[in-house]
This record gives sequence, C-alpha cells and structure tokens, in this order.
Amino acid sequence: MIAEIGQISLILALCTCVLMLVTPILYTQFQNGIWLRLSRPLAINHLLLILTSFICLTVCFLIDDFSVRYVAQNSNTLLPLVYKVSAVWGAHEGSLLLWMLVLGGWTAGVAFLGSKISAKFRSHMLSVLAIISLGFLLFLIFTSNPFERILPIAPEEGGDLNPLLQDFGLIIHPPLLYMGYVGLAVPFAFAIAVLISGTMEKEYIAWCRPWINIAWAFLTAGITLGSWWAYYELGWGGWWFWDPVENASLMPWLIATALMHSSSVTEKKGTIVTWTILLSIAAFSLSLLGTFLVRSGVLTSVHAFATDPERGVFLLVMLALFVGGSLFLFAFKGHKLASNQNANGWTRELLLVINNMLLVSMTIIVLIGTLYPLVSDILNLGKISVGPPYFDFFFVPTTVALAIFMGMSASSRWSTSNLSESMKRVILPLVICLISSIFVVFAIEAFSRNYSFSWSALITFIAVLWIFLTLIEDIHLKLRTKMVGVIKNKSFLGMTVAHCGLAILILGVGLSSAYSTQEDLRMKPGSSTYISGYRFNFRELNEIEGPNYSASQGVFDIYVGDNLRGSVAPEKRRYFSGRDVMTEAGIRTNLLKDIYISLGEPINNNEWSVRLYVKPMVRFIWIGGFLIAVGGIIASFNRRKS
Amino acid sequence: MHPIRKQRLQIILLVLLFATLAAGLIIYVLGQNANFFYTPSQIKNDEYRKGSTLRVGGMVVEDSIKRFDETLAVEFTLTDGNAFIAVVFDGILPDLFAENEAAIATGVIKDSGELIASQVLAKHDENYTPPELTETMDYLKSTNYKNK
Repeated sequence: MIAEIGQISLILALCTCVLMLVTPILYTQFQNGIWLRLSRPLAINHLLLILTSFICLTVCFLIDDFSVRYVAQNSNTLLPLVYKVSAVWGAHEGSLLLWMLVLGGWTAGVAFLGSKISAKFRSHMLSVLAIISLGFLLFLIFTSNPFERILPIAPEEGGDLNPLLQDFGLIIHPPLLYMGYVGLAVPFAFAIAVLISGTMEKEYIAWCRPWINIAWAFLTAGITLGSWWAYYELGWGGWWFWDPVENASLMPWLIATALMHSSSVTEKKGTIVTWTILLSIAAFSLSLLGTFLVRSGVLTSVHAFATDPERGVFLLVMLALFVGGSLFLFAFKGHKLASNQNANGWTRELLLVINNMLLVSMTIIVLIGTLYPLVSDILNLGKISVGPPYFDFFFVPTTVALAIFMGMSASSRWSTSNLSESMKRVILPLVICLISSIFVVFAIEAFSRNYSFSWSALITFIAVLWIFLTLIEDIHLKLRTKMVGVIKNKSFLGMTVAHCGLAILILGVGLSSAYSTQEDLRMKPGSSTYISGYRFNFRELNEIEGPNYSASQGVFDIYVGDNLRGSVAPEKRRYFSGRDVMTEAGIRTNLLKDIYISLGEPINNNEWSVRLYVKPMVRFIWIGGFLIAVGGIIASFNRRKS
Repeated sequence: MHPIRKQRLQIILLVLLFATLAAGLIIYVLGQNANFFYTPSQIKNDEYRKGSTLRVGGMVVEDSIKRFDETLAVEFTLTDGNAFIAVVFDGILPDLFAENEAAIATGVIKDSGELIASQVLAKHDENYTPPELTETMDYLKSTNYKNK
C-alpha cells in the first residue's frame, strides 16, 4: 500500500510538471495574470509530491517490505537502521528519486525566493525546470521504478546494501553531490529564460549569482567528501583515481567554477554576457552528461549498454534534447546579448577571462580522457583505459598557472589597466615567496632524515605562498587606503576563504605526493618493520564480530624510538550476506601526518600481506576542499546595493 | 587591410595555432598513457603492441597461484579458454582475487612471455565483473570450462 502511494505521488508530480510547463504559454495566450500566479503553488505541490514519494520509499526500507524489488535488492533485516535509511539512495532507482527530490527543492526555492525577478521571467525559469523534472520523472517511472513489486511471492530476506556503502560518508555524500549537480539546473534555467527574453538585466545576474555559488559550494563539498570517503574506505590510500565516475563530477565543477568567476565580471562590468550564458548551459549539460555516464551503465560496458538499452538510450536522448535544444536557442538568440564594451590591457576582467580559459581547458582534457575509451570501444578501435599520468601531465601545469593568475588578480583592478602598478605590488610577495620556498624545501631536506629534495614540493610551496602573500598584500593595501568596506564585504571574504582553501588543497596534494612513503610487505603477529622514522609492530590478530559481518582485525603499535605513539586496528571484513569482503583501513592522524595501515590477505597460516603508508599533509586536501565550499557559501550572502 | 580586421586575423591565427598545438599534445599524451586491453589468445598470436604497458584479462586458472618465500611476489596463470599467460606480481592482491574468477593484470610482457604486472584488478564486489571480461567469462561459463 505504501509503495502504491509513493507510485501515485510520482505520477501526480508528473502531471504537476506538465501544468508548470504550460503556464507561461497560457499566460502569453490569454494575457491573464492568474496563470503566472499559479506557478508558485504548482512548484510547492511538485516538491511535496516527490517528498511524499521519497518518504514512502524510506518507510518501505524501514519496515523491510521485501515485496518491493528495490528494497529486496538493497536491504536486509540485519542492516543497521541508519543504513536502511541511506540505502534509499544506495542504488540506481532510489538515487534518481533523490535526484528528483533535490530538483523539486531547488525548483520551489526559485519559485519563492525569486522576488527580484519579474513574475514572467520566473515562470519561464520554472517552466524550464519543469521540463527537466518531466524528463527525469518519465525516466524514473518507465525505466527505473523504485516501487516495482515482486509478485506474487515476496522473498523472506533481502539482499544487501553494498558493504562499501555502509559507511557514514555514503550517507551524506550523494545528497551533497546532488544538491550541487542538480543546483546547476537553476543557472541553466536562468540562461534559457534570459535567451528567451533577449535581454540580461544587471539585477537579474546579481540575483542569479548566489544560486550559482550555493550549488557550486555543495558540489565542492560533495566531491571533497567523496574523495575523503575513497581514501579511508577503499583501502588503497589514494584520494583521487581519475575514475570516470569522479571525472563526471569534476567536469561540471570546473565549469561551474569558471561560471562563478565570469558571472562576477558580467555583474560588475556588464560584459562577457554571452560567455556567462554559455557557461551556464555547459555546466548543467555536463551535470547531465555525468548523470548519463553514471546511470546508463555505459561505464560498466558499452556492450551492457547495447544489450539493455532502455535506460541508456532514454538518458542519451534526454541529454541530446537538453543540450541540443539549449545550444540551438543560444545560436539563434545569443548574439542579441553581445556587449560592446571592451576593456583593454591588464585589467581584472582580463585575468578572470584567463582563469576561464584555463578552467575550460582543464574540462576539455578531462572530457577527452573520460570519453576516449568509450568512443574507442564503440568504434572497435580496441579496449583501452586512460591512466592517471595523462591527467596529471595536464593538471599540474594548468593548476600552477591558475595559482599564478590568481595571485595576479589580487593586485589588479577592475576596468583600469595599470600593469606597472600591478607589477610593483607583486614584486615583494614574489621575492619572499621564492626565497622562503627554496629555504623551506632545503630545510626539510637538511633536518629530516626521511625526506629528500623534491621539485614538486618546491613548486607547491611557491604556488601556495604566492597565493597567500598576494592575498595578504591586497588586504594590507586595502586597510592602508581605508577601503575597509571592501574587506567587510561578504563577497570579498568568501573569495579570500575559497582562495586560501585552494592554496591549502594544493599544499596537501603537492606535499603528500612528494613526501609519502608506501610499503607493501609480509608481516606476522609479533614482527616489526621500520618506515619513515617509525617502527610498526604487528602486535596481534583478532577475530571479531560486527552486526552484519565478521572480521580479522590486526592490531599495530606505532613507535618512535622506544616511545609508543599509538595503535591502529585495520580490519578485513566478511559480510554475511553475499560473499563480499571489505578492507577497513586503520588510520592514525595528527593533522600534519597520516599513518595508514590496511590488511591485504592472509598468505599462509600466520602471515599477512600488509600495506603501510606514511602520508604527510594529506588531511590538507579535504580541509582545503571544505574551506573552498565555505567560501562559496559566505560569498552567496553578500548584500548587494539595489 | 583595415587595422581592426588585421588585429582580428592575428588573434584568430594565434588561437588556431594554440588550439592545434594543444590538440597535438593531448593526442600524444593520450597515446602514451592509453593502455590497451588484450586477451591471452591475442598475446599468444602476437596481436599486441610490444614493449608498451598493456592490460591482459581472463580467468585465474585453478591451482596456478604460486607464492614465493619472504616477499609478496605471486605468480598465476590467466586464460580465456584458448590460451594461457603467466603473470608475475609483487604486491597485494585485491580482496576478491581467487581461482576461477576474473582478473585483469596491467604491466609489460617480457621476452620470456611472462607479464610482469604492476597492478592486478579483480571484481570489486560480488555482482560485478570487470567490463572487459564479461565476454570472456560468459564464454568460459557457456563451455563449462575446467582445467585441461
């Protein structure tokens, strides 16, 4: 019964979407304001219906209703309660329902927080959001119905939620990520509404920017959390694998980052309007591409895609319609938005355009590296995989370039080109940054027996100090010239926090890759080994029982000299349902350095293969990522003069 | 030529030049880092790029896993039902690596015909087979393959 309520709610939500879609058309037809006023109640109705459906599915999980196929496949009676709730979005169907719920939320947000835009413009935006919702609801109901029953005989016991997903990180990772992914639908709808109306009001882009910032901040937090989860849960000690699924989230993030910067130029200077519109379309298109890549099964195998084409083809057609349709509209209407003001020379606008070029290049590099294996397989050119060196080769120099221009933009000005003044301002930061970087890198080499000279560490220090010092110089100058107002501005504060976050992230990435030590070896209880100044003693091996698994647990003591610094207990878990085995890493961290131990496999009766890592600064990657997200949130609270 | 047009032409040429260079570089680096996938039969018939890093996948042959003393080194044989290839790997095998299960080894083939692997992948959960191996595993299952 509950499943049927959920099902009916979804169908009603579909009907609401159709109504929301046609209100602007009816308004144009009858010129009656009632049609415009309808869009708000429709949007809230849409959200409530999807929410009802979502709650119904959650209840099905909580009461172990295994007659619902999706519940039977992804849950069982032994599953801890909190994972029964998160299992709702643990697999394809439920995850799409979450996608819809988030879209419903953003749509209602646009309906009620859109007081600065005209009712007509808002109804156009809601209409675009309704088309997106319509497409995904059709997809959900016809190809991925989470409420499908197993009739007539329901199984006694369910399967299991993939053990990898039975973790805190996975409870909040998808909602955060989807808030970002789907939130990019708002600037997309905005861009389409602007193209339809043919003009871009300055107040309108000012209204849209906080939406971009918030969606982007959620996406940032979601990706950061995913990276952290992969680090502690997959047992390989890596934090980014250039896996197609990761790339699918990185591409919209890069474009959304470009969009944040270009929209600031568009708001302040009224220029690069068409470019901003194009980026808004591109950001959401890449979100859709990501959804297609992850949800169509095409990544598992193009052959699986060909044998079970329903989902894939549906998503592909939808992707083509949205991207094609919006680009078509852009081609016909975009030129009307072109602005003639050209600023020449070394202005902040120019630096932000360079930032955009770099970010777009990075996106293209990821796009090619992600799609090339698919294209090659479809064209029968061979099955290939593109390794991380391809991505690293391009991302290291582009990131360094981004950092350099970021520092320069701090010392540049809007509109007025003053190259010599800018150069004068950066000389001191540049000199300090070069000297201290070289000093620090050699000091590390001289005073630590474990670390040798590293070029990547040197480049990292230079890039990071450059960002910090130019920021400090800028704040110092603003304080001295009594421009305190600018510093108190949330937009400036948010930018500063986000840029510091990026510097910290670069520091974490650079130093952890330069100074990490990894050792794979055989150990038995009682044996010891020395790595990077630490002695690791494999004290004992225990067999333990969890709620729905049993595990072998190794206990390792970590010594410096004769002083015990702590213990970690990595596990190898065997889940009761199915035959899944999971590596649970043992991690000890003091913020500056992680010690990471994971159990490999038993080699014989008493020996195990063991992986030991000493990873300095790796925490900075996620701290930096979260600071970037916080910066985005702060900036979106900026009060604008009206 | 009108100075504005001349300037535009220069910009366009510059952009074209840069785009060509970038595209060339991307294709080159992609070519260097694209690892092709082969079956043991293709390796046996010499249908592969010699000397480069490649990936070979198949089923781990029963009783073929041999360990060395003291180190983590392990040797095993992969098959697609028609040919065999010996793989040597010095590292930690993935959780679900087992006999009669699918595995993919990435590495370089030595003159002796052995694959010296730098990475070994197996399925990462119970319901998943590496995409490159679905055909091979289906074939092995359909012929009810056992050790000959």
